[in-house]
Parts: sequence; structure tokens; C-alpha cells
Amino acid sequence: MPVLAKRENETNQLQQEEAVSPWREGWKSFKKNKVALVGLGIVLFFMIIAVFAPLLAPYGINEQELSIRNNPPSPEHWFGTDDFGRDIFSRVLYGARISLWVGLVSVSGSVIVGCFLGIIAGYYGRWIDTVISRIFDIMLAFPSILLAIAVVAVLGPSLQNALIAIAIINIPNFGRLIRSKVLSVKQEEYIMAARAVGMSDGRILFHHVLPNSLAPIIVQATLAIATAIIEAAALGFLGMGAQPPQAEWGKMLADSRQYIIQAPWTVLFPGIAIMLTVLGFNLMGDGLRDALDPKMKN
Amino acid sequence: MTKPILQVKNVKKYFPITGGILGKKIGDMKAVDGVSFHVNEGETLGIVGESGCGKSTTGRMLLRLIEPTDGSILFDNQDLRALPKKEMRKVRRNIQMIFQDPYASLNPRHTVEKILEEPLLVHGIGDATERKKKVSEMLEVVGLTSYHARRYPHQFSGGQRQRIGIARALMTNPKLIIADEPVSALDVSIQSQVLNLLKDLQKEFQLTYIFIAHDLGVVRHISDRVGVMYKGRMVELADAEKIYQNPLHPYTQQLLAAVPIPDPEYYQADAQAAIQFGTLPSPYVIDDSWMNIESERDDLVEVEPGHFVACRLK
Repeated sequence: MPVLAKRENETNQLQQEEAVSPWREGWKSFKKNKVALVGLGIVLFFMIIAVFAPLLAPYGINEQELSIRNNPPSPEHWFGTDDFGRDIFSRVLYGARISLWVGLVSVSGSVIVGCFLGIIAGYYGRWIDTVISRIFDIMLAFPSILLAIAVVAVLGPSLQNALIAIAIINIPNFGRLIRSKVLSVKQEEYIMAARAVGMSDGRILFHHVLPNSLAPIIVQATLAIATAIIEAAALGFLGMGAQPPQAEWGKMLADSRQYIIQAPWTVLFPGIAIMLTVLGFNLMGDGLRDALDPKMKN
Repeated sequence: MTKPILQVKNVKKYFPITGGILGKKIGDMKAVDGVSFHVNEGETLGIVGESGCGKSTTGRMLLRLIEPTDGSILFDNQDLRALPKKEMRKVRRNIQMIFQDPYASLNPRHTVEKILEEPLLVHGIGDATERKKKVSEMLEVVGLTSYHARRYPHQFSGGQRQRIGIARALMTNPKLIIADEPVSALDVSIQSQVLNLLKDLQKEFQLTYIFIAHDLGVVRHISDRVGVMYKGRMVELADAEKIYQNPLHPYTQQLLAAVPIPDPEYYQADAQAAIQFGTLPSPYVIDDSWMNIESERDDLVEVEPGHFVACRLK
């Protein structure tokens, strides 16, 4: 192929500019958002706690000392002790493991399944779309916690089944979100261009449609982790999730609620932990939304 | 060299109109209603018409990006409509497209290098190093530098993006390029640069163009032959100069008369004349009474060598 001399160009001012990917640009504007950084800080804080819980906890998770039942916070037991004489501080630390685990794994599950179904529905349309969308509608017709209880009731109460239940009830949210995003992305001219080049459907889906549909999913996933943690706590509270003696925050609340007057610290600290984690994920999610939403960028 | 590379015969696209709660089909929207033309190797065929006349749909049907309802498309004596989907994708190596909006036609999450490399990857051309080399060569060809390869589309101006779009279309060494309003989204000052680039590339790579546009001046500048479309039909097709000098079809005549002329004296005279007839001069008011008279469809008739008109002449 002949190579021509470099042609006249309208501007060359970009010559010195570095390559900036849309993701990197998103991170840049995320960094400027102080509130979002606080959220990220809280999330990282709890993640570190979760990972290093065995090193950080002064007592074992199920170490009982019946002589100090429901003792108030003291230098030995920072958050006090519960009705079995267990150290609440240690249990809250271990609880971070369960809550984050439930949040991350269940949401990953619903993102993967939801995206798969949503992309197929959005890209192929027609009867496939109708079938998948109606299934989503049916699932959304139930209050989510009720659906979760129903799923747990079928599978049997345990932490793992609570996790599955939470994953299932979140599938339609992600599915519908990505379906609508795919519907708009597939109208874009670069999808038409990709087809004109001769690409197969699979390549277009995974190289063009999916990366351009991902931003709202990341935002939604972050916010959904917060909800999933609350849902797991709610199921734990109802006795449908974590089983004793697991140190799950919701379960801890449930077990201690009869002592709320005499020993409020037994309820207070797990409650604060739930609140802080959820707050952290929500702040982070809001920041991500501002940073990644292309509508706000242009 | 007047060998036809593409022959389009009676191509139609009807979009169903649905109505009622059950979404039953109640009629057809005839976006393209029996269009026939041919393109010779190495020439540029301009297709003009107002928005909604079906010119873009026609362009997209040639690549089967929109499936035609009826008709045949012969490319290199191969009927594209008869090809299975997989074979059709391979043919697209030889027919490429340049799109109107350079802001929308490049994937914002891919670097320029990835955008240009992808056609090679899809058609299995070259290995990794050859592909990289070809990408930087092609960037130079369209007037960018290989330094630009690592950047993302949003870091470029409209004109530069359109150059990237042109480079993408050239990557697989196609024979035919369908340019769908390639300059109408650009600033007037950039338009001529891009048009000249397209002309240069045509000579260099022996390309054949189908140039779709609504701007009559642009089409005249670049085309060897021009086809005029109106309401999904081709109403006149002739050498570019013939169309502009001696338009025969009433619609072509009105379309040319609607071209704004940068002369205030002329405008006033024109307006005066129009007022006498009780209408204001407006490019949107086009007398289509001839359409009603010619309720039966007319095929293109060759009134003089190479000059086809789709209407009985008075």
C-alpha cells in the first residue's frame, strides 16, 4: 500500500496530550468528590476489618464468659458483652466478614445472571425479550424481602441460602437496567459501524455493547451491595439467614433485642456497623453515579 | 473503465406500520420503493434527496445492515441477498461504510488503535505486528500521526474523528465505500478538507464511492453521476453536470431551485416572484402535484444516453 506524505491537518494541538480513557476520566472526577471518597474510605475500612478480623479481634468469636453477661463497655470489652458473655467488639469485627461476603457474592451473582439475561433480551428483542421481561416483571411484583423469605423457606434457613435468595431477588433489577441500556446502546452508530465492518453478534455484544453498558451497572451494583447487606441482616433478624452462633450483625440484633433496655450496647454496636457499611456503599455509589454517568459529562 | 461493480435492481424496504392494542400490522411505510441503479468501477455515484427520502436506508441495504424487503443487489456479479449471514459478513470486507456523525460512529471506550485494528482482526488479516504497522500507516494516510493511535475518540475534533472513520473504512482494502453524509456533521471549513481527502484516497486506492448527501453543492463537487431520490424512489439519474445543467424531472428542478444562493439581490427578486404566486419562498414547500398525476409508478426511462428520468415529460 502506498504511503502518502502526512497530510495537512486542521489541528495538531493534541500532539502533547496524553491518552485519557473514559474510565480514567471517571476516576478523576470521582477523586474530586469528597463525600464519595469518605464512602470509599468507610468501605475500605470495613474490608480491612473483614480481612484481618482474626488478628484484630481481642477475643474469639464464640468465646463465652458467663460471669460477665451483658456487661457494659469497659477497657477489656470495648463494646461490652452480650448475654452469653461474648465480646461484642470481636463479634462485630467478624460480622464484617459475613456482611461483606454476603453483599459482594450475592450482588456478583445477580449482576452476572441479570446482565446475561438483560443483554440477550435487549439485543435480540422480539419474543426472547418478551419472555425474559415478563419473568422480571413477575419477580418485581413481589415485595423483595417477601420473595427472599419464600426462597429461603424453600431452600431451608441458612446463611448460604439467604445469600442465594438475595442474589435471586436482585436479578430483575440488573436485568432491566442493562436491558434498557443495551436498547439505547444498540441504536448507536458505532454498533451499526461494527456490523458494517463485518463483526459477529458475539463480538459486538462483548466488545461494544457490554463495555458501553457497564457504567450504570457498576453504580447500581455498589448501591445494591448496601441493600443486600440490609436484606441479609433482615433475614438474619427473622431467623431465616445466619444461624447461631454465627456472628452476623442482623442476627446479633435479633438475639439481643430482649435486652435493649438493660444492655443497649448489645444492639447499638451491630446496628451502627450495619448503618456505617450501608452508608459507605451508598456514598460511594452516589459518587460513582456522578462520575460515570455519561449524561452528566456532556 | 465502465464495468459495473454494483448493480441494484428494484430494491424495496417496507417497514410495517402497526396499530391497535395488539400491534397488528395495518400498513406499510414504504421507505424505499423500488430503486434501481448501477455503480461503475472507480466512479463516484452521488445520491441526493431531502431527509426521509430513503437515501440512507438505501445505503444501509446495500450492506444488508437493513434487510431489503425485495429486489436484488449484485456486487461483483454475486447476489448479496442470496448470501447466508456468515458469508455476508465476509463480503463486508470489500464494501465498507463511512458514517455521518463522527461523534457517534466511534466506540467511545476503544482507543483509535483498537478501532482501526478491529476490521483486520475480524477478517483475520495479518498478525499482531502487521496489524499495528498497518494501523499507523493508515493514520498517516488520512492525515493523522501514529502518535494518535493510543488516544480515545473524545480527544479528537470532529474532522479528526471523521478521518479516523475513513481510516477504519479503508483498513480492509475495500473496493466500494458507501459514504452516508460523511461531511454534513462537520464545520464548513473542515468539509472541504475531508472531501479532498476522499478524492485523493479514491485515486490512490482505486475506490468506488456511493456518496449519500443532502447538500447539492457537496455532491456536485465529488460525484461523476448523481441520482436524485424522492419519497423512496429514484426520480432522476444522470451525469453530474447533466443533472445540474439540464434537470428534467420536476422534483430535481425544484430541488435545485431551492439551493440558497448567497446573493441578496437574487433573493429579493425570487421572493417577489414567489409572492406574486401567493406563496412565500420556502425550501420545505415543494410542489409534488406531479406525484399525484403520476399515480401509477414509472420506471426510469433513458431519455438521452446516460440520463434516466422517472416521469412522463410534458
